[in-house]
Amino acid sequence: MLTINNLRKTFGSLVAVDDVSFSLERGQLVGLLGPNGAGKTTTVSIIAGLITPDRGEVLIAGQRLAGDTDPAKGRIGLVPQDLALYDDLSARDNLRFFGALYELRGRALEERTANALALVGLADRVGDKVKTFSGGMKRRLNLAAGLLHDPDILLLDEPTVGVDPQSRNAIFDNLETLKQRGKALLYTTHYMEEAERLADRIVVIDHGKVIADDTLAGLTGRALAVGGQRPTLESVFLTLTGRSLRD
Amino acid sequence: MAFTVLAAMVRKDLLLFFADRRSVIMAFAVPILVASFFGSVFSGSSSDAEPARIAIAVIDHDGSTISRAIVSGLQGDRNLQVALPTEDDARASVKHGRTSIAAIIPSGFGDAAGQAFFGSAPKPALDLLYDPSRSAEVAMVRGILTEHVMQAVSREMFGGAQGRQYVERMLPQIEASQSLPPDQKRLLTEMLRSVQELYNRPNQTAQAAGPGLSMPYTVREQAMTANTTAGYNGYAHSFAGMGIQFLLFAMANLGIEVLLERQQGLWKRLRSAPVSRTTLLAGKTISGTIISLLTLFVSFGFAIVVFKVRISGSVVGFLAVSLACSLMAATFGLLVAALGKTPASARGVTTLAVLMMVMLGGAWVPTFIFPAWLQQATLVVPARWAVDGLDAMTWRGIGLTGAILPTLILLAFAALFGAVAATQFRWEESR
Repeated sequence: MLTINNLRKTFGSLVAVDDVSFSLERGQLVGLLGPNGAGKTTTVSIIAGLITPDRGEVLIAGQRLAGDTDPAKGRIGLVPQDLALYDDLSARDNLRFFGALYELRGRALEERTANALALVGLADRVGDKVKTFSGGMKRRLNLAAGLLHDPDILLLDEPTVGVDPQSRNAIFDNLETLKQRGKALLYTTHYMEEAERLADRIVVIDHGKVIADDTLAGLTGRALAVGGQRPTLESVFLTLTGRSLRD
Repeated sequence: MAFTVLAAMVRKDLLLFFADRRSVIMAFAVPILVASFFGSVFSGSSSDAEPARIAIAVIDHDGSTISRAIVSGLQGDRNLQVALPTEDDARASVKHGRTSIAAIIPSGFGDAAGQAFFGSAPKPALDLLYDPSRSAEVAMVRGILTEHVMQAVSREMFGGAQGRQYVERMLPQIEASQSLPPDQKRLLTEMLRSVQELYNRPNQTAQAAGPGLSMPYTVREQAMTANTTAGYNGYAHSFAGMGIQFLLFAMANLGIEVLLERQQGLWKRLRSAPVSRTTLLAGKTISGTIISLLTLFVSFGFAIVVFKVRISGSVVGFLAVSLACSLMAATFGLLVAALGKTPASARGVTTLAVLMMVMLGGAWVPTFIFPAWLQQATLVVPARWAVDGLDAMTWRGIGLTGAILPTLILLAFAALFGAVAATQFRWEESR
């Protein structure tokens, strides 16, 4: 569904993404892991069309993504790390606006809005302004805004930052549901337990390069073969990326 | 360009604008309040209105017939508000700014002025103490004083007791004078004898009550506007000026909100959708133009209903100037969004830019007050064309032709701002 080939992006002398390649299939959730500044958000931004790569390509179902108005962008849904919502608008007005960006209107827009809000458990707060929502509710609405136009691919950039366990669990349930519906999900996170729980495959990126691309079992199996005791994903991650601080 | 997307962007911006109570107050209520104040200050006096009186203190140390007549004349003048305090009180009052001017009539003024009237004695001095911050009023009071002093002195010298005594005393002196040239002596003697004959007429009592010398002309003032039904209304200018000031502020704020949207990650969402850059900028421009038009129309609507401001020129011209002005303001907002780095830094710079633009554009005070070079220099300021265009369509009463140049120039500014914004806009997310 999504294929990334040899992406490279530099900002001045800094190489943010260096020859990154991986793919993502229908009904699959790929965890994109990496320390701070590893190049995860830049990679996601390139896939979403926010940043033009210096080199490489993004293929959606085999078609190269080209230009701002490429209709293939409609097959991608972005859930940014920031709470990209209008606080002074109601949940409904936010979703109406984001839906209209994908040419949704009329009954179709109303139905999608209702479905998305129902999925994230906010149907009863549809008319309330976002500024009255808790952090967890905003995160869930942020997710709803990204999947409103029923994209095939959902890019989730640390979607559970700063939420309570209940909301995080609700988001996980939502993602499981989306996976069952055949969506392809690319999920960046710092939380190893999230990747352990959700990811079918894990791509570890550091200093802009992909340093591992395997299933959880594959990654831990490799470590097991070296160390003898079954490791956690976190210990594998630290082995791969080192223990030096990145901030 | 996708109409659904464009309509949604405009709807969203309007919803956000009206959801922010502070923005609404700043856009609608504040311009009306400020323009009403400036309008009341600069509205000028219509023919039936009571003029603003200049506060003046008069101290009469003389007490002569002439000085009393001067005081009486000043008290009856419609341009003055006369008080008669002591000299010390008058000085203190001027010093503290409670009174603009104090006129002190010194002892012996009436006698000396009478003698100086026929040019044979030194002129007495009349002291004017004035508040230096109100020096413009001194020239007005000097003129008014001249009129009343001339009236009082001439009335007394041509009909009063002081005049008779003066003529009787002066005639023998002139006739006996060896120093005066014969021609001048003859002329003075004939003039004083004529005055003496005037005194000796049987109905002289009535003559003495005459008005004395007065201004030998009156002035017919006619306010000139292009439309005979148009009349100057200071509120028309102040509502144009303040309307433009606050719509520029509103649009600068719209630009800052784009920066906030970028900061909050909202532009990531917008840019990840299959929407063209043109549509994104056009959406902002249209919503900005609509908000600006609403600001202008609400302001002028209030001015029309409450202050009787009239569109005495062309309604179509007024709409054209308003639309061009709103488009210019909306693209100015885009410029703020394109050139601003952070909301905080952009806010400071745009506040200064808007204030400079409206100040130089004649929004606060009419540009004719400016020095000639500045009047020319301000032609490069868009606010100047907006104010001039709206003035032309309201109180100046100029027809549609008067709207063409301001409209075209405002549209040119809008095109320039829009082009710079489009080229300088940071479309790509930084790392």
